Amino acid sequence: MNSFKKATRPREEDFKDFSCNIPQLNTYRINQYNGFFFEKNNDANIDKGIIICSINTAKQKHKDILENKNLFDLSDNDDEGIFIYIPNNTDLDIPLQILDIIKTEEPLLIGSRNVVIVGENSKLKLICCDDSVNNNISNSNNSIKIFLENNSSLEYYKMENINDSSSIFTDTNFVLRNNSELKTFWLSLNGGNIKNKLVVSFEGEYSRAELNGLYLVDKEQLVDNQISVYHNKPNCISNQLYKGILDDSAKAQFKGHVYVKKDSVHTEAMQNNRNILLTDKAIVNTQPFLEIYNDDVKCLHGATIGQLDESAMFYMRSRGISERSAKMLLMYAFCNDVLSKASLEELKDRLQDVIKRRLHGELSSCENCVLNCNAPCGSFDIDMSKIQ
Amino acid sequence: MSLLEIKNLYCSIKGKEILKGVDLTINEGEVHAIMGPNGNGKSTLAAVIAGKDTFDVTQGEIIYKGKNLLELPVEARAAEGIFLGFQYPVEIPGVSISNFMKTAINEQRKYKGLDPMPTMEFMKLMEEKKKIVEMTAKLANRSVNEGFSGGEKKKNEIFQMAMLNPTLSILDETDSGLDIDALRIVASGVNALRSPENSTILITHYQRLLDYIIPDFVHVLYEGKIVKTGSKELAKELEEKGYEWLKYE
Repeated sequence: MNSFKKATRPREEDFKDFSCNIPQLNTYRINQYNGFFFEKNNDANIDKGIIICSINTAKQKHKDILENKNLFDLSDNDDEGIFIYIPNNTDLDIPLQILDIIKTEEPLLIGSRNVVIVGENSKLKLICCDDSVNNNISNSNNSIKIFLENNSSLEYYKMENINDSSSIFTDTNFVLRNNSELKTFWLSLNGGNIKNKLVVSFEGEYSRAELNGLYLVDKEQLVDNQISVYHNKPNCISNQLYKGILDDSAKAQFKGHVYVKKDSVHTEAMQNNRNILLTDKAIVNTQPFLEIYNDDVKCLHGATIGQLDESAMFYMRSRGISERSAKMLLMYAFCNDVLSKASLEELKDRLQDVIKRRLHGELSSCENCVLNCNAPCGSFDIDMSKIQ
Repeated sequence: MSLLEIKNLYCSIKGKEILKGVDLTINEGEVHAIMGPNGNGKSTLAAVIAGKDTFDVTQGEIIYKGKNLLELPVEARAAEGIFLGFQYPVEIPGVSISNFMKTAINEQRKYKGLDPMPTMEFMKLMEEKKKIVEMTAKLANRSVNEGFSGGEKKKNEIFQMAMLNPTLSILDETDSGLDIDALRIVASGVNALRSPENSTILITHYQRLLDYIIPDFVHVLYEGKIVKTGSKELAKELEEKGYEWLKYE
């Protein structure tokens, strides 16, 4: 049993570990190091009344904003994390990017609490990347609470890319007020044990949540997505699309919970989980769970677990495409529609490239990243002899 | 030497014998029509030549350009110049026609030891070949066959054939489900690609297609065997008398 050490505040020289760049995409960068907000060298000196600080600073200086959110005990000063506040009527055209670096020499326990508030009539695009930069063990427990006020919109991109010996548990809570719009693009690219708990609560009417997810797991990796959508108010739409490809002995779990309250009429809730298993050792457990307490709703759910389409394989090979390339094209196409609704074209290009490289068994991180994944990543490939 | 020589071919699927001794020889530049009622092995013959492995060839051989075709995997047969136009083209969501064609062309070039086709050259080729089947730019940007109408799917088959410039094209029921305008476009596409080097096998059970594409030979495949071979007049005779008369021949 490893004895874990609790993460400590980063030193100034640790800044050298941040070197992520998305080509052609201008972002405001916010640095997080083992859960801690990195005070210095942030790009975050944006005006427009936007607040970006550590959660502790927020508790002291911005009590007024935090108080009515009923978040946590404000006198408790132990929390690490980031506070982001986008005031009302702000259209931030440049995305914010939280780069969460995990680096340790000994088994490390990380915990963070981030809070994001998108004010009324405001728009935000937020990119969150979790990257481990070496192969040492860590265990992260992160919680993020995000508020979408009336008429606001958020596009939320999440990339999980940590080493095979580490675990990351992320508890994400979205609260949507009237007329707000949420889109998430959740990519679990690499990690020993990934668990994502995602809760969307509709606390206003005429709001919409599009939840898109993709997990690519191999070796002994484990990924668990637990999604709950609470339709607490009428006239809201939610749509979940989660897809996964599993190789080797990887395991995935998908639990999709939709709750429609008694008075939440005109609710539309869609849920779709699709999986491709490349070996017969890989396991998927998919579990739709719809809890509906009124009749005036439109709810659909579907789950599939299968192999690659044999007729499509033959069609492609009959055009001269090799078996391996045909598989790659099909797997890539399978993944791609998860990103179809993403509006950040430059990021989409980059993510498509990352997915492609991950499927080819190459390093799944960005080119400039310092992630030193020494263990050779296995390529996703079907061994038909192993499928019975 | 003939381009394709099928000798005494027997083939079965899940123990059920479908082809029972097919003999067929095709020379360069020839167009052969294979007709016959449904369920008598026409599509099976096409799929076996293309290399579909759900069939077991139990007897006989297929010699193509002097090589034993049955030993080659599907993609190698394609690179050697065999093209199958599908009766039911497969939808491939998420793969655009241009990406699909680019991959196909470059993998065929790789097989032949050639470098990938330069992008500009590829785009020019696309533009040129799209015209043959009157394919719109909008259609070409979509995923392969996804949501295409029956006619669009068949046009796409002929477009791919034009792009890949095969030596032997096998068109499996390319005329089925086509209205007269689509049929005309598809047929003129096939005719435009005819050359003294390239051969075509047309699988159909209507004479209609053969008004547009004139075959050199017409064969009747019946109960797993070619029972009759003739000129294009045979197709007309079949149309008039139906397949029933074959039983009494």
